[in-house]
Amino acid sequence: MRQIAVYGKGGIGKSTTTQNTVAGLAEAGYKCLIIGCDPKADSTRLILNKKAQATVMDLARERGTVEDLELHEVLLTGFKGIQCAESGGPEPGVGCAGRGVITAINFLEENGAYSSNPDFVFYDVLGDVVCGGFAMPIREGKAKEIYIVTSGEMMAMYAANNIARGVLKYAQSGGCRLGGLICNSRKTDKEFELISELARMLNTQMIHFVPRDNEVQRAELRRQTVIEYAPEHAQADEYRTLAKKIADNKDFVIPTPITMDELEKLLMDFGILDSEAAA
Amino acid sequence: MSKLKIKDHSELFLEPEYVDLFERKKEFEDACPDEEVKRVLDWTKTEEYKEKNFSRKHIKINPAKACQPLGALFCACGFENTLPFIQGAQGCAAYFRSQLNRHFKEPVQAVSTSMTEDAAVFGGLNNMTEGLENAWSLYKPKMMAIFTTCMAEVIGDDLNSFLKGAREKKIIPDDLLTPFANTPSFVGTHITGYDNMLRGILKSLTDGKKGEPNGKVNVIPGFDGYVGNIREVKRMLNLMGIEHTVLADVSDQFDSPNTGTAKIYTGGTPLADVADSINALATVSLQKYSTAKTMDYVKKTWNQETLVANPVGVKNTDALLDELSRITGKAIPAELEDERGRLVDAMIDSHPYVHGKRFALVGDQDTLLGIMSFIMEMGGEPVHVVCTADDKAFQQEAEALLASSPYGAEGKVYINADMWHLRSLMFTEPVDLLMGSSYAKYLWRDTGTPLIRYGFPILDRHHMHRYATIGYQGGLNILNWIVNTVLDELDRKTMHTTSFDVIR
Repeated sequence: MRQIAVYGKGGIGKSTTTQNTVAGLAEAGYKCLIIGCDPKADSTRLILNKKAQATVMDLARERGTVEDLELHEVLLTGFKGIQCAESGGPEPGVGCAGRGVITAINFLEENGAYSSNPDFVFYDVLGDVVCGGFAMPIREGKAKEIYIVTSGEMMAMYAANNIARGVLKYAQSGGCRLGGLICNSRKTDKEFELISELARMLNTQMIHFVPRDNEVQRAELRRQTVIEYAPEHAQADEYRTLAKKIADNKDFVIPTPITMDELEKLLMDFGILDSEAAA
Repeated sequence: MSKLKIKDHSELFLEPEYVDLFERKKEFEDACPDEEVKRVLDWTKTEEYKEKNFSRKHIKINPAKACQPLGALFCACGFENTLPFIQGAQGCAAYFRSQLNRHFKEPVQAVSTSMTEDAAVFGGLNNMTEGLENAWSLYKPKMMAIFTTCMAEVIGDDLNSFLKGAREKKIIPDDLLTPFANTPSFVGTHITGYDNMLRGILKSLTDGKKGEPNGKVNVIPGFDGYVGNIREVKRMLNLMGIEHTVLADVSDQFDSPNTGTAKIYTGGTPLADVADSINALATVSLQKYSTAKTMDYVKKTWNQETLVANPVGVKNTDALLDELSRITGKAIPAELEDERGRLVDAMIDSHPYVHGKRFALVGDQDTLLGIMSFIMEMGGEPVHVVCTADDKAFQQEAEALLASSPYGAEGKVYINADMWHLRSLMFTEPVDLLMGSSYAKYLWRDTGTPLIRYGFPILDRHHMHRYATIGYQGGLNILNWIVNTVLDELDRKTMHTTSFDVIR
């Protein structure tokens, strides 16, 4: 069982990329489980073909305590037998979403969500590593592999570097490793080169460059992955390639995060940021 | 009926079977040999260890402080018909209650909203709403003084909007007073919590009550474990003929007569008097650091004179009475002057035994400043002054106080320090006497320095809280505790020498 955590800046396409990749893995015959660690609970809708399922925390809220839940109520099966669970969380502005992730993952673990022994467990984690709760999937030796979804946009790169810092912290204590950057293209200037270089600076690889294609949007509107909606489309092959690269990946490293100055210099070296704007 | 013969554990565990059992237990505990234990213990008494100890950054060992909500609960207990209401975990509430209960040997009422894991995730709104409903229907208080534990603070519960919502939904009646304070345990100490709660209560109850001056003087005792002090300040004010309101009057709550009937609410400042306190002539705080924010608020919004005193010892009591006389125009009566004379006389009587004695002191900021001043008046020397709060303003003030007297020349003030630091100091630079809470008894055990229990909490001696430590009478009490500890120790030390004398 390989446990993998996917991090990245909010809105970068983590959930879409994760679900499409997992669909690729499932199609290739692997048994997969996705655990959504995001109060928005949108990590599994393309696999289940329906809107956010009943989340662990939704049911906990209804019943008053997480102890009254049964595993089968929150662990559902979708496309190609992929199992899906969502942590869910509080309404925006109240309580503690990070604690919700901890509670949900503890519940899933204690109640045997991994007992079917899947080949891959994917944790799709909200935004940046914002607090201890969202680092839960990489704490205590759970997910040993981490992929960061990014693009050529400065703030996405900034977030990727920040996440690398979080990974570094847990790499020393918990043994998790960075498996690579996934570039989810926004068609920014020299994006391929830029992210390849960022990956090099972080001591890792750009494991795949996913081109931008509206077929992803069309599939999403139908609550499907591209692999399910348009299996023959070129974009479906891109995700299959990414799935294969992840399955075959042997390149796991302790990242070497860079400073803000180095990041800005990188953007200047590629002529994307002029020195005046950086000053 | 036959008398039960029950052995106390102080004797029970000296029985051969237990002695043997403890000895054999070591085999399974992987215990160090006795010589090794002794070697390390001796090493902890060295200068070398002291340096290591003082470079310690990440832990506190036997700190002399409690957390904010404990202080908030203490404060809330000082008001008429008031139910202390804790937004947070039940275990925290049990700790605050039991700690106060062990110091005062009195019951302490408080309710908690019993927040558990789901509340940590979803926020404490439901807990608060249900808690308010239950507490109101069961106890019908006039006021619920609401404060928080860490859990509610970490997740950022919005007390103000929760309370507004509860009122809109008619869960609590319109006329129920619900002042609140945010009291995160991980910021400041119990005195910070006292300050926050008191400010919250005064703000809420005096809002819109500005009217005709009432000619009274408000007195804020501060976080003070001696209820005798509240009775003493009232007595002094009565002798001077000054009408007054003690704000947060915990004296009856924590020292209530046994009349045969149990009451939920005992004593406390009448809420009408609290509301009217905004119209007083002046507000006097008897502790600077535990009322800093409250006094700042009073100064800025009540438009009356404010005064901070710490009437421990002769000079400090003189200063308080002089100021009260100036503010009210009332003379200091002969009775108080006689009391002053008696204290001075007593200090002279005991002078040979107190003069030149070296003291280690540990406690809260205000407690320390008061006792330092009085010790130096008697020719005693505060040598180690240890405060766990990380309070630089206090450090400066305490250092200035030491510098004001030749008896302070050897004194050093340590902030953000604990009793394990003090243990090192007491081994490398020994003193004659130690003053601090019951937790300082470990230092007495380890160093053999006699401990005079002083401050909060005192858990292992009874009735100390009933005495005053302020005013001339309080000075007599402190002097009594100090000099008789010196004499006890002298007897113990000279027991088998020619100096074992019946007259001291």
